[in-house]
Amino acid sequence: MRVGVKLLLVAAAVTAAGVGIGFYVSHLTTLAGSPSYTVPVQNVSGHPVVHLEIQTVAAVGPQLSQNPDWVSYLIKDTSGQWVRKTVWNLPAHATVHVTIYNFDGASGLRNPYLARPQGMVGNRVLIDGKPVNAIDPNDASHTFAVPAFGLIVALPGVADDAKNQCGYAPCSLSHAHRTIQFTFHTTTPGHYRWQCFVPCAAGWVFGFGGPMQTIGYMDGFLNVKA
Amino acid sequence: MASQPAAATRPGDSTNHGLRVVVAWLVLSAIATPLVAIYVGPLIPPGNGSVQAQGQTFSNQVMTSLVTPVLCLMVVFFGYGLIKFHLRRNEAVLDGPPLRNDSLIQVLWIVITSAMVLFLAGFGTYELLKDGAGGGQGPNPIALPAGHKTAFQVQVIGQQWQFTYRYPSFGGMESNQLVLPEHTLVAFHVTSLDVVHSFWAYELGVKADANPGVDNVAYVTTKGPMVFHVRCAELCGLWHGYMFNNGVVVNHGAFTHWATRALALYHSIKGYVNRPADKGGAPFAYSYLPEPTRRAG
Repeated sequence: MRVGVKLLLVAAAVTAAGVGIGFYVSHLTTLAGSPSYTVPVQNVSGHPVVHLEIQTVAAVGPQLSQNPDWVSYLIKDTSGQWVRKTVWNLPAHATVHVTIYNFDGASGLRNPYLARPQGMVGNRVLIDGKPVNAIDPNDASHTFAVPAFGLIVALPGVADDAKNQCGYAPCSLSHAHRTIQFTFHTTTPGHYRWQCFVPCAAGWVFGFGGPMQTIGYMDGFLNVKA
Repeated sequence: MASQPAAATRPGDSTNHGLRVVVAWLVLSAIATPLVAIYVGPLIPPGNGSVQAQGQTFSNQVMTSLVTPVLCLMVVFFGYGLIKFHLRRNEAVLDGPPLRNDSLIQVLWIVITSAMVLFLAGFGTYELLKDGAGGGQGPNPIALPAGHKTAFQVQVIGQQWQFTYRYPSFGGMESNQLVLPEHTLVAFHVTSLDVVHSFWAYELGVKADANPGVDNVAYVTTKGPMVFHVRCAELCGLWHGYMFNNGVVVNHGAFTHWATRALALYHSIKGYVNRPADKGGAPFAYSYLPEPTRRAG
């Protein structure tokens, strides 16, 4: 075989491998396992405003996952259905009003410092309608955190002895739950990860395996677009 | 029968190739080494962000300058060989003349390489022991910079997947921002709450592993105001690649202003944090262990 042909073949193989690795990494770090959801945008006096309605559940259930016992976040889509999508498309420089219904019990934070709400408008949240500027770290069930925005919100859990606790998701508001509300602003366009900081993955080493390491459950992205 | 081969060393070739190689090497080294030392050396990371980073850049500059003549020798030797001794068209392949011992070359080889290795070992040890060179030294550091007893202490806590920072001189105040005063010797106490992370403050020249239950101490002397990058340098799970943020070195006035503000924000959580560990608190300590939690343990 001529040297030129050999070089061409090697170049082609290297290019194909590079494209393959690039595609794999890109897929892995963006959408892996979780399709994106474009949140509807309202225009208020020329300013983009979005409402995120989310729930956190102790067990996602067989209807929504092949891992029915995994803890998970769900989001309400435009048809009013709760869906397991954790990659959300949001506009840049928008006001985001968030309402989280937490149906899960407390696990406790490993780092109590993260129980202080920060990074949202006013540095405080409404919990069951009351303004709060810190919760007991032992009562934390999950957090909603976007570290690149400096946003951390600890979600208090449902009491252990609460009546009518939700088994498998999706849960309805007739089940025992806590309601957490806050507002934050998106920044420039980018790809920002969000995650839970509470070691809440039951049955995994130190509570940080499975759903904590899989996009589509307790982690996701905010795809902030211009 | 095969055709008669051409001569291995071409007939009538009385050139002293060894001398040519040595001269070419010396000339190339004499030109390249100062150029590398003067122009390339200062560009080698991590730069001049701190006294330790400057020391690392200097070490890299010295080592790169030392390696330049070695690289030149290889380039000249192989280049000369390829040009002068490559097989010409229609020339038969012949074995070369046998290699024989040359005591002078052997002695020179051993002396030069030994001298270089010993020099680098001595130089590296001196640079390391001078001030720790920004590296994590474990809980009992031996490379202690002058004034280490009064160093400004900052604890770095790795957790999946964010670094937070505690300031013992401010009552164990914790923040997700790393702010340092300028022209100050800082003692980083690096630890982790879960898996192994690695605190890498790139422009400061600091790199120290964060292990649960271990206080890994690294010293750095800041210079003027600057922004630096902090990254995790140990594969630690799903969001390892996103475990980064910026730190800043600011003047003393700005640092006091920031600390006052951060303390006010910390106030709302302080009571919970300072509870005993068995009550779910985490009063300031030089290391922590990843306690199993109620449900996840």
